This record gives sequence, structure tokens and C-alpha cells, in this order.
Amino acid sequence: MSNPKDLTANSHIQIQSPEAMTMSMEIAGIGARSHAFIIDWHFRLLLAISWILGCGIALFSFQGMRFAWDQASTGMLYLWLAPAGIIYLFYHPLLEIMMSGRTPGKRMAGLKIVTINGLTPATSALLIRNVFRMLDSLPAFYFVGLATVALTRHQVRIGDMAAGLLLVYSNDIDQKLLHQASQLALKTNLDPADQSLLLDLLNRWPQMQTEDQIRLGEKFLGKIGKSIIADQNIEKKHMSKQLLEQLEAVAEMGEK
Amino acid sequence: MKHNLDQEALSKWLNTHFDTWQQLEKNLKAKNSDSDNELKSSREILSGFRSIQSDLSLARRNMPAHPLTRYLESLFIKCHEAIYQPPRQFLSQITDLYNIEVPLLMRQLLKPIIATLFIFVLSILAGWLLIAFFPNLVTLFASPEMINHVQSGRLWTDDLLNIMPSSIVSLGIITNNITVSLFAFTLGALYGLGTLYIISMNGLMLGGVFAFTAQYNLADRLFKFIIGHGVVELSVIIIAGAMGLRLGEALIRSGANNRLQAFREVTLNAGKVMLAALPFLILAGLIEGFISPNDSFELLERIFVGTSSGLLLWYILFFGMPLKNKLQHTGL
Repeated sequence: MSNPKDLTANSHIQIQSPEAMTMSMEIAGIGARSHAFIIDWHFRLLLAISWILGCGIALFSFQGMRFAWDQASTGMLYLWLAPAGIIYLFYHPLLEIMMSGRTPGKRMAGLKIVTINGLTPATSALLIRNVFRMLDSLPAFYFVGLATVALTRHQVRIGDMAAGLLLVYSNDIDQKLLHQASQLALKTNLDPADQSLLLDLLNRWPQMQTEDQIRLGEKFLGKIGKSIIADQNIEKKHMSKQLLEQLEAVAEMGEK
Repeated sequence: MKHNLDQEALSKWLNTHFDTWQQLEKNLKAKNSDSDNELKSSREILSGFRSIQSDLSLARRNMPAHPLTRYLESLFIKCHEAIYQPPRQFLSQITDLYNIEVPLLMRQLLKPIIATLFIFVLSILAGWLLIAFFPNLVTLFASPEMINHVQSGRLWTDDLLNIMPSSIVSLGIITNNITVSLFAFTLGALYGLGTLYIISMNGLMLGGVFAFTAQYNLADRLFKFIIGHGVVELSVIIIAGAMGLRLGEALIRSGANNRLQAFREVTLNAGKVMLAALPFLILAGLIEGFISPNDSFELLERIFVGTSSGLLLWYILFFGMPLKNKLQHTGL
């Protein structure tokens, strides 16, 4: 891939491959970054605490841990506490390398690290990115990093700039969605835009409020010209259930 | 009517291609140990890549923003990466790093290295003079525990091996050395000022602590402790500092490149030098953990260890591995 070019909107980058295919990637902003970081922070803290508790109980017993700081030898204390520090400090570099530019937090936030050409980053680039955490985290709470994310066009911290990397929204789709999409495209007469809309609606359905489910469900059925079967006089919860059944029928049986 | 025909064509196209895409994805994930299978799979990826391009174009025209289009885009990128990835030859990359890349980079770094060394030596002198004339200021550089030790006629390093084993001491020191070196480099991104701060503070501290121990006739013992590991340790910190200054210079005077390009270039080069210097930091940590606190090593032995490890570091970084011609002849 080569020739990264900016779109008019700064939130996207457009990359052209040597085969003349153009890819667009949406850049993750300060909110998405922070979201992923906070999830990861919880993970690494929990892992470090689990080690301290697990290893502490194995070495000193649960009661003995209270006095370990004063009574245990320095070597024992290192054995107990150093791995927790290593887990906490090396969480990001290790997982980013092992998971090709992702961490559990980034995965959950739907993000991934890519090169400025849109490709999976090399180990060296990920190491450079993480070395600059030292600077980005200064003076506290990632102030320098957050400031550069807020001020730069591609919303990158210094580590990303140094390594030539970007944090973008992942475009990958999971196998379940792929299966649904292919089945829908094979069976239905809906146009592709409506297919995408329907899949989106069905996948987001469990997270939506009942009022929103009803409003969006009715709107979609109205858009594709289907009459609403759900009884308007029943409880909202039941109505939402009937709407979901109707939408699933559209998705599974097609509109032929 | 036209819409229905389009949709029917799309369904047929999807029906015939979907399994091919899934097979292509399987091939991309597969790690073949058998060379015949690997060749077959590579051929399939190459032909699959060509068909993916036309499939993606078609999908984008007929189903923009559809999940299948997104799937094809991601499959296209995966294929592209699989086909264009450079060969992985770890051993030859390492020998090239030590024999070609790092010596070239170190020659370019010569002026910043001399400048950093000059600043470091000046800071040592300043630290010495400061404590020689104002002994009370030693609290700026040394902890109360260290000061108590020296005032009672002992070095704080005397009981090091009674407190913890050499392996643990080494581990802690290696971590500390790597952290200081990385800080000296990365803080160069603050237009070189951060690097100047780290180098000056380390110099001031070294000079100040030596002046303080000299007041209690312990400077020779401190020298005896430091000389074994200090040459390599301080050399790497100076090299890291030189790279930090180069980073600052790239931001101030980016030359023909723009600032971002210059910043990236220096960082990439610094990464290579740091990687090459990393084994020496580990060596310095091991010496500091196993030799420096061990009283059975005489001063001459320590000087030998310190100078030979230091010379080896500078030789390898400037001229490559000592046996590089032999290694090249044997195909390594």
C-alpha cells in the first residue's frame, strides 16, 4: 500500500494500493482511545493484582501476606512483586505484538493499530510506539499524549508519530455477521443499503431501549414497505418482541 | 424489474464466490510446514488476490457500506500483506544490523556523541565542585540512607549482596539502565531539552557523589565499585543521549525532510542502535550484580573487565562484529 492521502474530513485517511485500490480508514479520536485505554488499564490492573494475591497466598499464606513486607527476604519480595510490575508495564507492548496491533481493550472498543499505509505494524514499530509511552505519559495521566492527540490532524500521540502508526476503527467483521450478511444477500430482495441497515438493527437490538426498538423497528419496516403486524395496543415490551420476530423473519426468509 | 435482475445477478455472483473467499481466508491463516502444500497455498493466494480485486470493485459499486464489502476489503488487505511481506531472515537481519547499519549510523552520530560526552564531563566537574564547596548540598544527589552510610565510613554498596542475591541485583540494575537510556533518548523529543536534563543530572550526580565520598576517603572504593560496569553503562547512556540530541535537532532543523519525517527517521535509526546496545546493557547489569559488589575481585581485574567490555562495545558499534568476514564467508 502506498500514498496515504487525506480526505477532506480529518477523521479519515485514504490509502491507495499499488493495484489502484483505494481504502478508507476512520481514525480513532481521543474518546475512543481513552475508552480502549481504560478497558486495558482495568485488565492489567486485575492481572497484576491476581498475581500478587495468587503468588502471595502460595508463598506466605493469606494471613502471612500482611506481614510479608517486614518479614520476608528481599529476594522473596522481588519474586512476589516484580512479575506483577512486569505484567503492568509490559502489558501493552507484549499484547500489541502478539495480537498484531491490538489489545483486549482495543478489540472491545473496535480499534486497531495500523501503519500509515493501512497495514499491520511491524514489531519494531510497535516497540518504538511503546518506548515513547515514557514521554506521552508525562507529567501524569498521559497529559502529553492526550494533548498531542487533541492537537494533531491524525489524532496521534508522540509514540504513534515516531513509529509512523495510526489508531483506526477496525473494519473487520466477525464470522457470525458475515454469515448473516451472506445469507441475507442470497435470499432477500432488499437492496444492499437496506440489508446493511437490517443487520445493524438486529445486531444492536439487545443494547437498545424498548422505545428505540419500537421506533426504529417500525421505521425500518415502513421503509421497506412492510405492514406492521405487531398489535399497537399491547404492552411495549411485547410489541418490541413481535417487531423483532418480524424483522428476523425478513432477514431469514427474505422478501421474495 | 431491473432492480430484481440486478439482485438476482448479485445473489448468483455471491453464491459462486463466497466459498472461494472462505477458502482464501483459510489459506491465509494456514501455516504450512510441508513445502509442496506451501507452494500450492501460495499460488492459491496469488490467484485469489487477483479475483478479490475485481470482486471488491464489483461489491463497492453494487453494495457500498454492506458488511460483505467490508469483509472483502479486509480480505484484500490480508492478501496484500501476505504477498508483499518481506522475507523473515532473523539471523541475517541481526548480522546486517551489527555489521552494516549500526556502524554507519554511529559514524553519523559522532558529533552528537562528542557533544554529549562533553556535556556529561562538564556536569561531572560541576557536580564535584558544587559538593566540594557546598557539602550540605549532597542531599540533592544522595538519599539520607546513602549519606549515613558514607558518614559511618562505609559505602551503601558494601552490604548489597547480603541484602539480595546477585541475580536479583542484576535484574534491577538492567531494568534501571534500560529505563535511563530510553529516557535519555525519548526526552530528546522535547527539542533536546529533556536529554540535556537527563545527561546533566547523571553527570552532576556522579561528580557530586564522588566529591562527597572523597571527603570521607571512600572515593577510591567507589571507583573500584564503578569501574567494572561503569564504562559500558555510561557509554550506552551517552549514546542514548546523543540520539536524543539528534532527535531534538531533527525537530529544530529538519533539513530536506519535514519535521515529522525527520523525527521518524531519527527514531527508527535510534531504535536500531538501541537494539544493538541492549545486550551490552544486560552485560553491564550482570557485571554490576556479580562482579562489582564482590570483594574477591581486585581493582586490576575490575579495570580489565571495565575497559575490555567498554572497548568491545565501541568496537562493535563502530566497526561491526569482530569476526564479520568469517561469518560472511560461512554464509551467516
